Amino acid sequence: MDLEKFLADFADIFDETDASEIKADTQFHYLDEWSSMSGMAVIAIVKSIYGKEITGEDIKKCDTVNDLFELVKNK
Amino acid sequence: MGKSPFSLAEKKVFVTGASSGIGRAIAVACSQMGAQVFISGRNETRLKETLSLMDKSEKHSILPCDITSQSEIKNVVNQLPSLDGIVHCAGKGQRVLCKQMTEQDVDDLMNVNFKAPVLLQAEVLKQKKMSKGGSIVFVASVASVSPSAGNAIYSASKGAIISYANCLGLELAPRQIRVNAISPAMVWTDLIYSGGISKEQLEEDEKKYPLKRYGKPEDIANLAVYLLSDASSWMTMNNVPITGGGK
Repeated sequence: MDLEKFLADFADIFDETDASEIKADTQFHYLDEWSSMSGMAVIAIVKSIYGKEITGEDIKKCDTVNDLFELVKNK
Repeated sequence: MGKSPFSLAEKKVFVTGASSGIGRAIAVACSQMGAQVFISGRNETRLKETLSLMDKSEKHSILPCDITSQSEIKNVVNQLPSLDGIVHCAGKGQRVLCKQMTEQDVDDLMNVNFKAPVLLQAEVLKQKKMSKGGSIVFVASVASVSPSAGNAIYSASKGAIISYANCLGLELAPRQIRVNAISPAMVWTDLIYSGGISKEQLEEDEKKYPLKRYGKPEDIANLAVYLLSDASSWMTMNNVPITGGGK
């Protein structure tokens, strides 16, 4: 799994947040646009692009985008 | 004393989606109220578990079936006797945002929640397996009028089946066959975990209900029994919400 690709996929779920704001160490829960719907969107891209299943609870435990990347990589 | 109008004694009832959740509870409740029950679902092992929970299990039948398969539907309906009741309970949940919706997401859900019960009902009627004065129940959802994020196709599928049930009720009224829908709010079954929602989130949401709890499958089963029974003889083309006060 490629981190750069994952960052781009993650950035793509947002409409107002510029992709340049999304880095490996971004604490995504603090993004203005982050909401419970974003969590749902992450679950969907992880399933459709990476073929893996994660839960809202898994996402809640992650702090940075890199944490999410590691979570998906290790599923 | 005469027979209670709430009894299902001597009635033959077919329940789809009986391998778990609300369908299983309905099958069990119908057996307890005296019906002879025919239960269908995809998983034979879980159907056997349902059977083991039913009253007088020897008098009921298991009919494993994938209701999205036309040939399997035909085969199952062939094996049914003339029915006094049908409960269309087979269904699935989904949490996908509108922006991310794919053709497959739409088909996956509409095939199970809408197309399958419609075509199953058509087959039952074609094979003349619905007795005069019978009762048909669709398990829908308050989601049809109560939006939540990620639930668009599920909500639409339930709205569609409610509209269908109304027309079916009109067409079958000359034979005194009644058609009603049940629209539960959140009920503790596997279905509500779709899309990665956690138990913790659901328990938080549950507290917002006036009765401070989500429904139990048995709560819905009792309403289904009522709609199948002669106690509801003047009810048709109704969609009955059962919500613990939740919206």
